[in-house]
Amino acid sequence: MVKTDLLTALVPAFPLFGAVVTAILRRKLKGNSAGMLATLMIVLSFVCSAVLFAGHEVVNALHSAGMHQEHPAEGATHIVKLFDWINIGGMEVPFAFQIDALSLTMMLIVTGIGSLIHLYSIGYMHDDPRVATFFSQLNLFTFAMLLLVMGANFVMTFIGWEGVGLCSYLLIGFWYKTPAYNYAARKAFVMNRIGDVGFVLGLAWLFSVLGTLNYTEVMAKAGTLSTETITGITLLLFVGAIGKSAQLPLFTWLPDAMAGPTPVSALIHAATMVTAGIFLIVRSSALFALAPFTQDVILYTGLITSLLTASIGVFQNDIKKVLAYSTVSQLGLMFVALGLGAYSAAMFHVTTHAFFKALLFLGAGSVIHALGGEQDIRKMGGLKGVTKITYVTFLIGTLAIAGIPGFSGFFSKDAILMAAYQEHPMLYVATMAVSLLTCFYMFRLLFLTFFGTYRGPGSETGTHAHESPLVMTVPLMVLAVLSLFGGFLNLPHLFGGHEPMKHYLETAADGISGEHMFLSETTEWTVMAITVGLILATIALAWNRFGKKTTLDPEPENLPAFQRLIARKWKIDELYASLFEKPYQWFSEHFFSIGERMIMTPLMIGSGHTTERLGKLMRRFQSGNMSFYLFGMVMGMIVLLVWTLYSV
Amino acid sequence: MNDVITAIRTVPLEHYVVLSFILFSIGMAGVLFRRNTIIILMCLELMFNSVNLLLTAFSAHHSDPSGQVFVFFIMLVAAAEVTVGLAILVMMKRNVDSVDINQLNRLKW
Repeated sequence: MVKTDLLTALVPAFPLFGAVVTAILRRKLKGNSAGMLATLMIVLSFVCSAVLFAGHEVVNALHSAGMHQEHPAEGATHIVKLFDWINIGGMEVPFAFQIDALSLTMMLIVTGIGSLIHLYSIGYMHDDPRVATFFSQLNLFTFAMLLLVMGANFVMTFIGWEGVGLCSYLLIGFWYKTPAYNYAARKAFVMNRIGDVGFVLGLAWLFSVLGTLNYTEVMAKAGTLSTETITGITLLLFVGAIGKSAQLPLFTWLPDAMAGPTPVSALIHAATMVTAGIFLIVRSSALFALAPFTQDVILYTGLITSLLTASIGVFQNDIKKVLAYSTVSQLGLMFVALGLGAYSAAMFHVTTHAFFKALLFLGAGSVIHALGGEQDIRKMGGLKGVTKITYVTFLIGTLAIAGIPGFSGFFSKDAILMAAYQEHPMLYVATMAVSLLTCFYMFRLLFLTFFGTYRGPGSETGTHAHESPLVMTVPLMVLAVLSLFGGFLNLPHLFGGHEPMKHYLETAADGISGEHMFLSETTEWTVMAITVGLILATIALAWNRFGKKTTLDPEPENLPAFQRLIARKWKIDELYASLFEKPYQWFSEHFFSIGERMIMTPLMIGSGHTTERLGKLMRRFQSGNMSFYLFGMVMGMIVLLVWTLYSV
Repeated sequence: MNDVITAIRTVPLEHYVVLSFILFSIGMAGVLFRRNTIIILMCLELMFNSVNLLLTAFSAHHSDPSGQVFVFFIMLVAAAEVTVGLAILVMMKRNVDSVDINQLNRLKW
């Protein structure tokens, strides 16, 4: 037990140590040393997580029982309490970590993918002057994310929640000299705050009715609450999840967040932080399972978001923006799964999505690196022969996200599609549409970037463009392998597997045990065949349209009206600008002209003038004439004396 | 000691009060109307001692020693105060070559 406690404490301690040391020594650390140190810290943290995972009772139990066991061993949840943190009256919040299947899964994702991305960043950021600051903030992010997933109560999760928000803000605005990047960072921060308000209100409500915020106690007491209360609380928590996981109506910050360096986009805005909302809902699945209305809200929010953003992705020309909209859309799919109560499918998709989306972002970073900062896919093309490793790994990532059988994305997406089909065929059609759109824009991206001929300025491909160094391609290769075989983590019964990940997560999240699949095998095979057939058809369509392209796509302004609307992101940014920003500015201006000019200013200036005039008056008394002072003193004493005598 | 107290008691208390009042008034007038700083300091001492005299007289007449103890404290404080006052006086003489109290108005703002 002692060993478990120590290891648990070490997991977040390493990144924190790395963040502090690189921040303090940021001027002293030369060259790659900051990156090496930061990467080492995350790797150590990953090793600790892996040891914890290997020593976890449930893993052993699943192994010994041949992964068939209906109810894995008790004691799957360890609470590691470091110290009392808030202890006032009835409120008791210990600084404690909860080690169970869910947090271990997330810890492995965060530290595992985090290590690869840190390693990649050494190559990607090597000529940036503020490289040590970058690694310090990246380590700090990992620390906050670990607090988020490891916390044993909502408050700990909330600290991590705010911490990752802060690091996200810092890293989006990392190249702070470009005003547009600062604007993007502020936008992300403000949008996240809107969600956080919901989260905090949810926590306050939860505390007022249950008197505790520890996960184990809350989940145990969840049944005692009335449906209305649970619906209210879960809706508020979902508002928090919307902000962090970039769902409608707060999703617009995520595409803009691509202003940050590409490894940041890969780590924070694809693999880990944006899945915090999904984590939160799975963590409190016992609450959500009792609130059918909230589940419907989650389902439709996710569905509309994923459809909307997938359609936007088709018309984006910035390589990172395409991936960003793809991320929002995939997150939407995960929320669909959550809304259907398929928590294990959602977590499975979180895992595989972390693999292939990190891979795609890093591959995009490698392309950008190769072309010296070019991000417009219309000016790329024909990179297949120049950047071979990047091309092959990117291809694997694309196949995985498109859902080609055998790749990780196929299994996880299929689990969601099946859950949707089980609920209603129309839901299946809608999620299917999302998958096809995903497939289309991803292959458009792939074909425009790597196939055809180079369309950029000059003929740089042969001479200037180059494959990235090994330190960047090794993470790509590892992630490619994970994207290839990640699906076997949760191989469904249909393919002779036993869904080990689902059984594992079952021990941590109460909602999962309530999942039931009751489709017949024939139905599943048919549905799957339709899916795969349509996906292949979409790839063919994309190849036909973009495969051998030699000319530039038209500017968004020259598209037909409807397409132009989509290319302009359904004008949602403009809508928000006229709904919130303009009224806000109008209010600010009027508050300035009325409140500031007519009330505050006269008040301030007036009090200043009064003091000054009084001071001028009083100054006469300080004449410097000693006799006058003494005279005043004596007179004062006489007055006091007379007053004392007569007042008795 | 008793002889001194008996001697003090031979004079009625009213006389002491009147004498103290006169001494105090002289001192106060000096402080208010003289310009020589040394004189002002001396007048301050005069005021102190008129009070001391009164305290001793009351102490003897009421057979209460605390009045006399109080006198010792006043003398101690007065001695310290005179030290500071004379030090200021010396500095004043050195800097402005005068002991006129009105010369000090140069210190004002």
